[in-house]
Amino acid sequence: MATMLDLIGALLLVCGTAFLFLGGVGLVRMPDTYNRIQAGTKTTTLGTLLTLLGVAFIHPDWSFKLLLIAIFLLFTNPLSSQIMARAIHRNGGDQSPLTHIDRLAEDKGR
Amino acid sequence: MAEQLFVLLIGLAAVLTACGFLLTLLRFVKGPSSADRVVAFDVLTIISISGIIFAALMADRIIYLDVALVYALLSFLGVIVVARYLERGL
Amino acid sequence: MFSSLFTRRQWVLFSALLLFWLILMNSLATDVLITGVVVALLITFTCGNGLTFFTEFRWSREAVVAGFLYYGYFFSELVKSNIRLAQIVISPSLPINPGIVKIRTELTSQMGRLMLANSITMTPGTLTVELDGEWLYVHWVTVEHEDIESATRHLAAGFERYLKVIYG
Repeated sequence: MATMLDLIGALLLVCGTAFLFLGGVGLVRMPDTYNRIQAGTKTTTLGTLLTLLGVAFIHPDWSFKLLLIAIFLLFTNPLSSQIMARAIHRNGGDQSPLTHIDRLAEDKGR
Repeated sequence: MAEQLFVLLIGLAAVLTACGFLLTLLRFVKGPSSADRVVAFDVLTIISISGIIFAALMADRIIYLDVALVYALLSFLGVIVVARYLERGL
Repeated sequence: MFSSLFTRRQWVLFSALLLFWLILMNSLATDVLITGVVVALLITFTCGNGLTFFTEFRWSREAVVAGFLYYGYFFSELVKSNIRLAQIVISPSLPINPGIVKIRTELTSQMGRLMLANSITMTPGTLTVELDGEWLYVHWVTVEHEDIESATRHLAAGFERYLKVIYG
């Protein structure tokens, strides 16, 4: 029998997966790689965190392990997207024509 | 009543995850640059972690959460390696 | 007894590793505990640099309070800016105005700067591209301020207020 906690958890799962879906939409729609990183990795990170929270509501005895996954994601996700952005910039990746200011290129003379 | 609502919500969540996965896969196939593919790959793994957690929930087995953890670890390493490779120039 | 055997740094690393292992295994059985202690000891003695995340943390009362406030602020910012980015993504005209701006941090410790860069990256709409001493280069989906001072005030000041107390 589904309890109140189960229903709250399922609702959180739907919210989280809605963010996953929006991340996919952003990844397809954004014009250049930097914006794709922004739209893709950030919204999906929040989506996964909400999913973890939702599962923790449905299965309270799993919450320690879910917390471990959440902490791990919180630390590794920003690092990997930062490193990707830096690699693309150093490699001279193409920017969308909408980009109107690039202080990094000005400073590094690239 | 509550039971049916629960099943409906879980089903909706699964459908949304699948749609997100397919959209990301579209970007992965289209590219156009290798950097775009790596970003799409990163997002695919994050969505897959949610998928694995769904699998754990459906099968009611906590051991699948370890799979999700190791998957997160490996994808982080993969992205770092590819980024270092891109920095040296292709 | 242990305090003479370990330096403070090694002690922190050892406990963090053991805690991680116990959460991962989800049990307190004797064999699990012994394996964890042995492996954590091996790692502590072979990789003795310690965890900068905890050792640079100032263990004062203000720092702990600021730590909690920081995470509260961080999660509220995370949700707020995610919703803003979701609105941008689903609006048909895609109203973006991307650019890379430069900001200056007042934090001096390595860990404080790393946490600031991570926080800026985790709030959607902004992405740290390069860290160069006290300068941070941030990619912004909707650029609102181009000069250094107001961009710093807009992007970094909220996080810096807490991180200054925690890491210095």
